[in-house]
Amino acid sequence: MKRSRMGLSALALISVSALALSGCATSNDEEATSAGDASAVVSTNGSEPQNPLIPTNTTETGGGKIATSIFAGLVSYNADGEIENEVAKSIESDDATNWTVTLEEGWTFTNDEPVTASSFVDAWNYGALFSNAQSASYFFDDIVGFDYEVDSELTGLKVVDDTTFTVELASPEADWPLRLGYTAFMPLPSAAYDDMAAFGENPIGNGPYMLDGEGAWVHEEKISLVTNPGYEGVRKPVNGGLEIKFYSTQDAAYADVQGGNLDVLDAVPDSAFETYEAEFGERSVNQAAAIFQGFNMPYYLEHWSGEEGKLRRAAISMSINREEITDVIFQGTRTPATDFTSPVIDGYSDQLEGAEVLEYNPEEAVKLWAKADAIAPFGDSTFDIAYNSDGGHQAWVDAVINSVVNTLGISATGKPYPTFAAALEDRSNDALTGGTRAGWQGDYPSMYNFLAPLYQTGAGSNYEDYSSEEFDGLLKEGAAAETVEDATAKYQAAQEVLLKDLPSIPLWYSNVNGVWADTVSDVVFGWDSVPLYYQITKG
Amino acid sequence: MLWYTGRRVLQMIPVFFGATFLIYFMVFSLPGDPIAALYGDRPPAPGVIEQIRAQYNLDKPLLQQYLIYIGNFFQGDLGTTYSGRPVSDVMAGAFPITFRLAMLALVFEAFAGILVGLVAGLRKGKWFDASALVVSLLLISVPTFVLGFLFRLIFGVQLGWFRTTVSSEAPWGELILPALVLASVSFAYIVRLTRASVADNLNADFVRTATAKGLSRRRVVTVHVLRNSLVPVVTFLGVDLGSLMVGAIITEGIFNINGVGGTVYKAIVLGESTTVVSFIAVMVVIFVLANLLVDLLYAALDPRIRYAK
Amino acid sequence: MPNKSGQAHFVAELEDTPVAPIDRLDESQKARSTWADAWDSMRRRPMFWISSVLILIIALVALFPGLFTSVSPNLDCQLANSNGGPEAGHPFGFTRQGCDVYARTIFGTRASVTVGLLATGLVTLMGVILGSLAGYYGGWLDAIVSRVGDIFFAIPTILGAIVLMSVLPAATPTSVAFVLSIFAWPQIARIMRGAVLSATNSDYVMASTALGVSKFRILLRHVIPNSIAPVIVIATVSLGTFIVAESTLSFLGIGLPTSVMSWGNDISQAQTSLVTNPQVLLYPAAALSITVLAFLMLGDILRDALDPKARALR
Repeated sequence: MKRSRMGLSALALISVSALALSGCATSNDEEATSAGDASAVVSTNGSEPQNPLIPTNTTETGGGKIATSIFAGLVSYNADGEIENEVAKSIESDDATNWTVTLEEGWTFTNDEPVTASSFVDAWNYGALFSNAQSASYFFDDIVGFDYEVDSELTGLKVVDDTTFTVELASPEADWPLRLGYTAFMPLPSAAYDDMAAFGENPIGNGPYMLDGEGAWVHEEKISLVTNPGYEGVRKPVNGGLEIKFYSTQDAAYADVQGGNLDVLDAVPDSAFETYEAEFGERSVNQAAAIFQGFNMPYYLEHWSGEEGKLRRAAISMSINREEITDVIFQGTRTPATDFTSPVIDGYSDQLEGAEVLEYNPEEAVKLWAKADAIAPFGDSTFDIAYNSDGGHQAWVDAVINSVVNTLGISATGKPYPTFAAALEDRSNDALTGGTRAGWQGDYPSMYNFLAPLYQTGAGSNYEDYSSEEFDGLLKEGAAAETVEDATAKYQAAQEVLLKDLPSIPLWYSNVNGVWADTVSDVVFGWDSVPLYYQITKG
Repeated sequence: MLWYTGRRVLQMIPVFFGATFLIYFMVFSLPGDPIAALYGDRPPAPGVIEQIRAQYNLDKPLLQQYLIYIGNFFQGDLGTTYSGRPVSDVMAGAFPITFRLAMLALVFEAFAGILVGLVAGLRKGKWFDASALVVSLLLISVPTFVLGFLFRLIFGVQLGWFRTTVSSEAPWGELILPALVLASVSFAYIVRLTRASVADNLNADFVRTATAKGLSRRRVVTVHVLRNSLVPVVTFLGVDLGSLMVGAIITEGIFNINGVGGTVYKAIVLGESTTVVSFIAVMVVIFVLANLLVDLLYAALDPRIRYAK
Repeated sequence: MPNKSGQAHFVAELEDTPVAPIDRLDESQKARSTWADAWDSMRRRPMFWISSVLILIIALVALFPGLFTSVSPNLDCQLANSNGGPEAGHPFGFTRQGCDVYARTIFGTRASVTVGLLATGLVTLMGVILGSLAGYYGGWLDAIVSRVGDIFFAIPTILGAIVLMSVLPAATPTSVAFVLSIFAWPQIARIMRGAVLSATNSDYVMASTALGVSKFRILLRHVIPNSIAPVIVIATVSLGTFIVAESTLSFLGIGLPTSVMSWGNDISQAQTSLVTNPQVLLYPAAALSITVLAFLMLGDILRDALDPKARALR
């Protein structure tokens, strides 16, 4: 099992799918080095980080895009989601369980402290420690020594020397290195541990950018980053820095790009779906991204368990005209789903067995619904989909409901909850009266990340308590597979189980929609919907 | 007058406790676990949520939480947000800009509203009155989120007269557009209110007397009619100051202003009681003071109203 | 001399308040009620009849929407029609979801008018009662009413709306009206209080007091009718702003669910199509304007009719 082989196959598969789907993927690589003022600061949109900028406590996008800019981990992801070595010289294993990580020499934090094996091992131990209550702690749960209930050292991590450490996993995981570009796995300088809260305000990293001095982070307003002169990794910036402005609405950020107050925007608001491509032309992007959206029908509801539930799920799925909704409501900014992952993920497929259940087929839907009614009549029951109304879901829920009503002629409605907390409460307490919005944005580009946390028995985000021995078994086999090809085959087979059971009814993948001003060029969006800031040229 | 003022200021004490407890109770009764919701669709390790809940005292009963909050409050500690920022810092960031915005809006609506209302009232039934009615109707019928969106699109993006959003430095010039949007509905109120009062007072005895005495129309209008018509308008303005501050959620969102309305809204959605309570406590104090000011102004505007010494 | 409220009667300079031919109180004759007088003067004005007919039509639409359109507004939303222009049978075009705008505007009348009228009614009732008691009796009553008002007005409506929405199974026009009025009454109470403060010190009130009329009777017979003018103005404008407030709540996701048709709901959803399909905003907003206009006119006439000064001239 070699890292490089995995990288190659990932590149091959993803570039094909990305091009086929987006038609917009930029190929400006050769121009990337041409123009641009190396001191110009690029402004872009963001949101106030939820927590101080401690990598293991940064699991949301607002803090994430800053953390990945100011830290460099063992690897980083390029535009296609392929991993490239940053601090790592190699990450190797013979059995996918015991890994040896060798570091490149010469990396330093911006306070001149060298980046050593301990920088990683200590940071990971900090992130995993129970009493530190870090939001990303579960990312370390497959390392030997991890404990969810008491403070426990990650005994599977061993520093060999300054540039080498070894990792022992609890069970074999062939694609383990794929996740190492995620923020949770960044190194920390020893200065951090003196006062982690203060460090989070003014983090010291080793990434392509660094904070522009004390007070660079103006809370609720912006954060100013400048290039890190000591950075020599693969993400060497061609601009002078980043100003990440925090917006409370995408609408306001979009108006700022229109008004020339913002260079790059990575999220086009609803109100501009119809117009942004005409307005920005070449300076816009609409390409697939690692965001899966669907809705789940809980098994504890009457009519939705057993054979009857299976029929009804399939009927509902086939009664939804995904093509039309993505075209009309989303103006092509979503891509109809054909599996449970995403087109930018290695192993994505639109040829899975049973995927026809995701196609609009009103006749078959009516037939299946009638079959289910023969088991137990649905009668006057109402079909509903719960969503949090502070998340912009209303338009598509209404469209899906209309599609179901028009096809099946049943009584159906959207069920808004005032806040995410309110919706989550009913969902976690099995108190839903119908379906619920469900979504997933990949943490790192791997099929496993789209499947295990959502559908594995007892998994954290498996709120609807789906449980299938067949699926769990295939997932485990995939994780332990010797080669990525084998793993992919297992994961695809696992998804074919999901297509039969439909624990989640896939709807579409959310594209990344970005626009940029004429002041900048070479804007390329990564697999994670964030622009590759270091490549952007300005002036 | 001094005694009256002092008594009113003392009334703030029960108001403070009443308001803070009520809000604490309301935020407490918001559905769902605010900490669990912070993590979105990715629940952290099971013990993490409990630890954070304990850190914010959310595991304690309502009354105890409230008493802890009040205890800390009187030691000058307003608590922290769920991102660990001191609430006092958040307030220092949000209040100044919101106050400036509200003041600007208040000045707009007061001057423009009273002027238009006065002319409309003096020429009741004429074309100016009718046009004022149409404009008021438009402003009433179009919600702020539409008006703000349109104003930003037209004056910000297309004409480029104003910056599309307010920058962090927030000079007065950038606040003009948001202040206009914010003031729009209140402007309609004030026009209608002034017009009605003016039309009424034109028929009042003292105006007829003043006119009969041979005072110039200008003097009659400004000194007698307008001054006597301002009691309801000033009352309205006093109450409105508060709505302009907390109620600016939409306007602040449209122009990306990091102010009180947006902060309170976000804190409500997140179920962050310390932030909501601290902000609203300040708002209540502002209300009490604004209303006191209005009551004192009454005496100046209407000679018949006097307060005990 | 200071009275209980801490206010002293003040006798103005002669030039400010010259003695005028004030109300003559003939207690022996059964006085016509203020309201009967008002009716007499109102029915003689054409504007009264115009606004009444408008309101009648609005009421009809609200009660029997089916009379005005045969299109089912919710059952036949086809995305193929999304944002489509006017066509035969669909004079106002289609929404983003492909629903008929005309039918939605007609069917939205009931919820919107309910929200507007109910909220305005509640707010006016509470505001007039509490405001006049506070202004008239002063003292501790004033202190309590005013300070409670300060507290309620400082609480953001959205907080109340979210709390209430989570208590109720689903928001209804009644619950929305209720939320809006709980947090809005202090405005009218303040206005009423201010107006009552002015009126309490008027000559006719003093005259009645001198004649030995009971204090409460004076409040009802003289003070309230003479102070209500600004309240009527605020109430008629509020009718519109409440309907719009419902749309703002919908915009923030805490208003009526989309299954309940209302102008506010449609207006809130129009924001996303504002640039490409303004008709979606135009019609519900126009319906709202007409409703507000009708009540504004009626309010104007009612105010004139109740105002003894204005009546004296005719």
